[in-house]
Amino acid sequence: MSARMRGGRAVALAMLTALTLAATGCASAEEPAAPAQTGASGGAKTIKEGLKIAFLPKQVNNPYFDASDNKGGKVAVAEFKGVYSQTGPSEASPSAQVSYINTLSQQGTDVIVVSANDKDAICGALQEARAAGAKVVTYDSDTNPSCRDAFINQASAEGIAASQIKLISEAVGPDGGEIAILSATANATNQNAWIAMMKTELAKPENSKLKLVATVYGDDDDQKSFQEAQGLLAKYPNLKGIISPTTVGVAAAARYLSGSAYKGKVQLTGLGTPNQMRAYVKDGTVKSFALWNPSDLGYLAAYTGGALASGLITGKEGDKFTAGKLGEYTVGKDGTVLLGDPFVFTKDNIDDFDF
Amino acid sequence: MAERATRAPGRGERATRLRAVAGSWDAVLLVALVLVVGVGALAIEGVASPRFWRFVTLEVIPIALIALPMTLVIVTGEIDLSVASVLGLTCTVMGQLWLWGVTSLPVLVAVALLLGALLGAVNGLFVTAFGLPSLAVTIGTLALYRGLAYVVLGDRAVADYPPEWTMGAIAPIPGLTIPWMIIVVAVLAVVFGLVLHATPIGRGLYAMGNNAEAARFTGIDVARTKFWLFVATGAMSALAGVFWTLRYASARADNGNGLELAVVAAVLLGGVSIFGGRGRLAGVLAAVVLLGILRNALQLAYVPANTLTIITGSLLIVSVVGPNVAAMLRERWRRRRPVTPLPQE
Repeated sequence: MSARMRGGRAVALAMLTALTLAATGCASAEEPAAPAQTGASGGAKTIKEGLKIAFLPKQVNNPYFDASDNKGGKVAVAEFKGVYSQTGPSEASPSAQVSYINTLSQQGTDVIVVSANDKDAICGALQEARAAGAKVVTYDSDTNPSCRDAFINQASAEGIAASQIKLISEAVGPDGGEIAILSATANATNQNAWIAMMKTELAKPENSKLKLVATVYGDDDDQKSFQEAQGLLAKYPNLKGIISPTTVGVAAAARYLSGSAYKGKVQLTGLGTPNQMRAYVKDGTVKSFALWNPSDLGYLAAYTGGALASGLITGKEGDKFTAGKLGEYTVGKDGTVLLGDPFVFTKDNIDDFDF
Repeated sequence: MAERATRAPGRGERATRLRAVAGSWDAVLLVALVLVVGVGALAIEGVASPRFWRFVTLEVIPIALIALPMTLVIVTGEIDLSVASVLGLTCTVMGQLWLWGVTSLPVLVAVALLLGALLGAVNGLFVTAFGLPSLAVTIGTLALYRGLAYVVLGDRAVADYPPEWTMGAIAPIPGLTIPWMIIVVAVLAVVFGLVLHATPIGRGLYAMGNNAEAARFTGIDVARTKFWLFVATGAMSALAGVFWTLRYASARADNGNGLELAVVAAVLLGGVSIFGGRGRLAGVLAAVVLLGILRNALQLAYVPANTLTIITGSLLIVSVVGPNVAAMLRERWRRRRPVTPLPQE
């Protein structure tokens, strides 16, 4: 009996200690504000050294974000002598991302480069981080424009949608037929924008022979995407083509097709990385697929963040800055910076790339 | 005390020993909590700051809300794995009602709580009326309720709630940085604590966990009690859902996906036996706080997500295995000494 009592009191004491710590913490002076961004030299047009730049992808362990962050952002940050880091949740959920934004804000990060899992759910945390002095650059997937300083658009939705429809149309051939879309999560901002534009593209007379019969979601999970691809072919026996505008989805669908009787009969295109798609392009499962260079995307995002944190730009329309080897960029409407046109990979050029 | 010449090592003695182990487990949790807070505050920049505590509190509130009834459920030897799906379904129904023009927060909260209670009642009915194992039933409703959440909102997110609601949900207690919702959690913790530890109902819950058959003979209505426990769990998950929606300003079908594991982990780490009949609410609350602090502190210390998952997974294993191994060792140690002096009481 006595042991039981002691345990109870001990826990109560622990809770009290924790609460007291929290309460006394509040009584202490305000945290030091982030260092003022006004540089000493007025006319200097270079990015400040020593900026802490953190990349927060949708999830870690994703080859796409490893390419954008560790092969692009890291290089850029090293060029302007900043401090690079990549952090993030192991599952692509907005609530987990909020927790990491809070952490980065507490660590006094100068620039948070984030790919949003939900355009609204991480807004509050980003605003809190900005109030604490951080600049926020979104890449890959945007938040509400009011929650960040700039968005690096990998390619315009129109550009991607047009290229995806063009690639599937070429692969399926002039007779057209039924096609389906295998997307990532049902709520991914970028995916939904592209799908909407693809529908616009399909409504054009030159694409009248292509008929979109289904849009399914693989949640950027390899196994789920694989099963969804399998399900599509079971449900639509006349299916002629699949578009999967996500790296995880297109690789999983390609793996399924290449091992099935549909190989070469059902066409597949999408947004994929050369390393994941190489085998399927070479064995004829996939004729072509598109992507931008994610390393360039991360590289541009890092430079944009550096320029923002150094006060070179504010993110308003018409701001101009130089992003290292990529050259000069101009900030567009709503603080958007456009990377360029999507790039098409085929069996002829795929060996020139390694990411 | 009365003389007791012979004493068979029966149920009573074993229960006492188990209780002693539970007591020492609370001590372990206490030491761990103090260590994590102490070492964290000294070694990791930011742990001692008020903002850290604000963020930790915001993160643990939904887990704590669901862990309260879950403790009672697991003490009876049952489990409810559908809690995160109840949370998600409540979020989407709230979102859909808001889209339909229901702009009164009290009405939305009331509907959410009723819905949660109803979903919990479905679980309770299957478990008690049809005598099905709660593990199987709630794995089923885990998928069913999450599926219904996608039926309600599909791929949409409802995010245009008034700022007074969303800011209000996470507003700090005046003069502090800690959100006021923690007061609600504290009041509910006292209520659940009293029910479990200071009422005949609470004693009945332990009796059910130890031996449902025996509990039935002592006059406890096992089925009815369990049914209402599932209803309470549903309602509390719905309350967590309301908080989740407003805290993230976003009602989505995947809200709280996987949260049931965080809750069960905290309850087990808190010293509640997965087989029922043992464990206390104070330990569970300590475990909820401990896991929250540990996660956030390690994140601040630049520990990658993969390592974090391994650490929390290991903690869970330790919490399940630890008390059992301790009990086993004690048992062996006692057996090694043939002449055991009678305990002086």
